[in-house]
Amino acid sequence: MARTRFPADRGLSSRMLLTMFLLGLLYVVFVGVLISLIGNWLIVVLIAGGFLFFQYFFSDRIALYAMRGQEVSPQQAPELHQLIDRLCALADMPKPRVAISDSDLPNAFATGRNQQHAVVCVTTGIMRRLSEPELEAVLSHELSHVAHRDVAVMTIASFLGILAGLVVRYSIYAGAFGGGGWGRSNDNRDNTGLVILLVVLASAIVYALSFLLTRALSRYRELSADRSGAILIGRPSTLASALVKVSGEMARIPTRDLRAAEPLNAFFFAPALAPGFSFSSLFATHPPLQRRLDQLARLEAQLGRQA
Amino acid sequence: MKFLDALLGRSKPKQPKLDALFGVTAAAITLEASAGLRPTGQAAVCFKPASGEGFAAASEELRGLLELAVKEAGSTLRVEDDRYGYRWVVVGDPDPEDVVTAVHLVNSTLEQHGFGPQLLCSVFGFADSSGQRRCHLVYLYKRGTFYPFAPREGERRDNELELQVRGTLGSDLPIEPELARWFALWGIPL
Repeated sequence: MARTRFPADRGLSSRMLLTMFLLGLLYVVFVGVLISLIGNWLIVVLIAGGFLFFQYFFSDRIALYAMRGQEVSPQQAPELHQLIDRLCALADMPKPRVAISDSDLPNAFATGRNQQHAVVCVTTGIMRRLSEPELEAVLSHELSHVAHRDVAVMTIASFLGILAGLVVRYSIYAGAFGGGGWGRSNDNRDNTGLVILLVVLASAIVYALSFLLTRALSRYRELSADRSGAILIGRPSTLASALVKVSGEMARIPTRDLRAAEPLNAFFFAPALAPGFSFSSLFATHPPLQRRLDQLARLEAQLGRQA
Repeated sequence: MKFLDALLGRSKPKQPKLDALFGVTAAAITLEASAGLRPTGQAAVCFKPASGEGFAAASEELRGLLELAVKEAGSTLRVEDDRYGYRWVVVGDPDPEDVVTAVHLVNSTLEQHGFGPQLLCSVFGFADSSGQRRCHLVYLYKRGTFYPFAPREGERRDNELELQVRGTLGSDLPIEPELARWFALWGIPL
């Protein structure tokens, strides 16, 4: 009889569902507030939608360009391709494109809106530092991101943040330059100013909240990818050792490199943070190392149980 | 369900499909008749060993069962780990029927212990009468499909022969339709 060794992690699923529910709720409330406050909100939504569209459809190219990743053929990187070939056959998913970024930063990322348009990119730094089994564990983590369609989910989730940010800018712009030219009476202008102020305030609050929620969502999805990746190769401890190695190395990298890489953190294997920069865990895109290691240790214990 | 899985960021380990495996014996006859390829009498199962005592116990049991079966059928048995961390159980026997039975023993034992998702592929060796032109039949457990793999010197593939085999076997075996999934297996112990 076919059976699986790993019971579903209901806690993780339900926490993620709650986060998404709150995000959705916030979205609905926000749109309601917008419609009641501004007349031509349509333009704002259109602009934001355009950004979303762009980000969604070109995520692979944007990320590759930002990281200077070069796509490599099986002849150029035979071992990397073999590792990915086998993992894809093991997980039954189409093979993503493979890229290498010539950077000393030990990291890897996966991007692309779906499995057919996915790219997995590793840096030369991570290939040099990790052993082959550890590199394989990192790749299986990245392939899990692709299988879970994390780019699509995170893009949609961060849509609200983009929207709110645009509204803030739009309102400030309208308030500063558009106010005088409308040729209305003083009474109406005061009213408009109040409305704009309200919009700005609402947008700012919404933005702050959505920011926290998307970060939380990102952390849960990292844990999910850790879990699926570890199950795929059947060796949670290998992924754990890769994590420890990469995080340890991360702290020793010069700061300038790290800052250049930070906007892309959401899709990274381990976040690149400047050393000594104490970050509240609320804002982190990745869960703390200890939490990731604890989860992998639990999986390892499940594997150890005798049938 | 697929949508929900994406939303919750989870994926279930893919279980192997074992049904089509027994078609190999019939396909061997077709291959010899129309492509001149004969079974080399060697076949292998490839899987990813998991860590932990659970898998070690399953391996131990598998080894015992295999040795027993091999002794009974008079076949040869080899276990090798390749450089990518996959384990190969290689069975040698002139009778294709015995080879398939041994391969199936590996599958079913792993599956019974809950390690079905660790199965990667099975490879059945074929070659022409001179033994020069080799063409393996690879069975992908997760897809339940076969594809031909004809390795040549210097990590190149004989695509012409592979496509010829695909045409020959189309009606006997489920052939993997996506050519992108015909991945190469260099340096296999066959």
